[in-house]
Amino acid sequence: MDQLIYATEVLLNGLMTGVMYALVALGFVLIFKASGVFNYAQGVLALFAALTLVGIQQGQIPFAHMINAMFGTHLETFGWTVPSLVAILLTAMVMVVLAFLIEKLVLQHLVGQEPIILFMATIGLAYFLEGLGDVMWGADIKTLDVGLPQGISETIEGVTADWFGYGFFIDRLDLWATAIAAALVAALVAFAQYTKQGRAMRAVADDHQAALSVGISLRFIWVMVWSIAGFVALVAGIMWGTKSGVQFSLSLIALKALPVLMLGGFTSIPGAIVGGLIIGVGEKLFEFLIGPMIGGATENWFAYVLALIFLVFRPQGLFGERIIERV
Amino acid sequence: MTLKFTALVAAGLMAAAPAMADLVVPNLSYRTGPYAANGIPYADGFNDYFTLLNERDGGIGGERIQVPECETAYNTEKGVECYESLKGQNPLVMNPLSTGITYQLIPKVGFDGIPLYTPGYGRTSAKNGKVFEWVFNAPANYWDGASVAVKHILDQEGGDLNGKKIALVYHNSAYGKEPIRTLQELSEKHGFELLELPVDAPGQEQKSQWLQIRRDKPDYVIMYAWGVMNQVAIQEAVNIRFPMDHMIGIWWSGSENDVKPAGAGADGYKALTFHGVGQDYPLYDDMKTHVLDAGKASGAGDQVGTVLYSRGAYAALVIAEAIRKGQEVAGTSQISAAQLRDGFEALDITAERMDELGLPDFGQPVKLSCENHGGDGLARLQQWSASEEKWTLITDFIEPDEEVLAPLIAEDSAAYAAEAGVTERCN
Repeated sequence: MDQLIYATEVLLNGLMTGVMYALVALGFVLIFKASGVFNYAQGVLALFAALTLVGIQQGQIPFAHMINAMFGTHLETFGWTVPSLVAILLTAMVMVVLAFLIEKLVLQHLVGQEPIILFMATIGLAYFLEGLGDVMWGADIKTLDVGLPQGISETIEGVTADWFGYGFFIDRLDLWATAIAAALVAALVAFAQYTKQGRAMRAVADDHQAALSVGISLRFIWVMVWSIAGFVALVAGIMWGTKSGVQFSLSLIALKALPVLMLGGFTSIPGAIVGGLIIGVGEKLFEFLIGPMIGGATENWFAYVLALIFLVFRPQGLFGERIIERV
Repeated sequence: MTLKFTALVAAGLMAAAPAMADLVVPNLSYRTGPYAANGIPYADGFNDYFTLLNERDGGIGGERIQVPECETAYNTEKGVECYESLKGQNPLVMNPLSTGITYQLIPKVGFDGIPLYTPGYGRTSAKNGKVFEWVFNAPANYWDGASVAVKHILDQEGGDLNGKKIALVYHNSAYGKEPIRTLQELSEKHGFELLELPVDAPGQEQKSQWLQIRRDKPDYVIMYAWGVMNQVAIQEAVNIRFPMDHMIGIWWSGSENDVKPAGAGADGYKALTFHGVGQDYPLYDDMKTHVLDAGKASGAGDQVGTVLYSRGAYAALVIAEAIRKGQEVAGTSQISAAQLRDGFEALDITAERMDELGLPDFGQPVKLSCENHGGDGLARLQQWSASEEKWTLITDFIEPDEEVLAPLIAEDSAAYAAEAGVTERCN
């Protein structure tokens, strides 16, 4: 009986963790869906967004280290702090500017190239942004606090203790992440379904040439999609950065999104969510039930094995589009 | 054209290579990548100490020290590339700050005749100088750390650990696995139950491990982590309300970087250390005068006095003292790598010498020999105060349990000797 109760707790935590994975995967899906580009830089976008958010919040002078090294000055901060909400809005604007620059300086020159070329370009972009983030904001670990609560939810602990005689652990940050992810997905779906730009985005996703022929600007759509992906990256960066502090390993969260994408499909927003939940629950339950028998630390590889098993039966993922190419 | 090109190449090579008269002590650092936040202060401390010696004393024994830096990004392949590229500069010693790189370099340094200095990391059994002729890991190693942590817990529990539970949360790598065997032996000796909880790198997601800790309720947690795994583990421990003063990190889990993100929740967290904390040492006055104020600091100068900066400076100090001793033994200031190895084996840093160096009570006395390349392995505990945002030393130096460790080191080094075909020396 105890094992069942514990497994339920693990399952709930797996669902919450899955939402955190899905948040990262969403950014990949948006860009892949609209432009066919697998954006290797999505993890670094989350890092860059989080670094920028903390920098703005704390009034840090961008490139201060470089300026100090060049001119012998001792600049650090502007001497002010910015409220979290304003800092988030300003960071979102920075991500829009970044999207514009990426389109202008990178993507525009690669229109019509093979997907692998675009993929390689995003690898370069990832390294560039990582270096830029370092030079702009410094490599130290930054504490991110936008007012999200962290720690055990005592309400859930109390209620479950009354019901089962064992209080469940649910992190309040995970609850917030779930609510925010749900709102984000609802907003994205509403945007795609009910706005002119959203419909244009879907048209581009369906067929570039056809969309161009009816006067949809591919460049505008790309800037828009990269901006939205940048915003999603900001949300993911806030959630993960609140947990661990904002540091360069934040870019590695992309590794957690890959099995989610393989499982859910690269072109489906619901797929990213469902894939995230399946990976989250699967890896946590496997670690709980089988992990102790085989020495633990199963989560990283289990997620990929699970995704590979799905690939054997559904190469396009659970919700991905089935591509049939006839010779 | 060819002449111009040759001249340019020659000029480039001359600029890249250190002056012939200088002693070369490379700094295999990582200032980029996921572990940069830890690599930067360590590298700065290492560089700044040698800059201080160059600027204040004119080097060591009249020889200036060159510290060429090579970026490893804490990546084993890149670390080996750095080693290979620096080898041509006749380095005296290598300090790669990575257990993974260390394992790769151990066979190479034996072949190339270059000492490998791995303070507080690397292969623990390298302490046995009879087998590991070119490797030194004083003043303390991972097994010393595990033993000192258990001794501290024994002290907290009135000397009895029967029926107690201790969880080891570790980085699932060569580094993190190092203390397992020691802790298993210690658990048999003292009667505590050991829970082993590996976390895969990088360690951003540790929910399973901390849910298990919440269910199993260990009395203490010992942690061997690095990088983001530290911050996440401490935050998760705070989340499940694990008592912070019952959580003890190895020295690589005890920097300011590790505790600050968890804010007030990290208050009371303990970590091992093999050196002092803070800037309250006379050495830092000289550092300010000759390095920082002179604009010769390695980095921005904002890391001085942090845990990892101090550790980098301490590593440089031990190397500098070994160079000094090597010069004394060889009777020449221009020593070779082999002569530095002799210097390491004759090293004797007493408490009085630490006073002279401006670091009273900063580190334990270090006396090495042909047989002992690891020193006495003492460590002390520091505790984090979240309100003051600083570490405070809470114990004196504690001796590790040699009764348990010595046979383990003999066993592991004998296994290496058999595998690598090494004949024991110092007989």
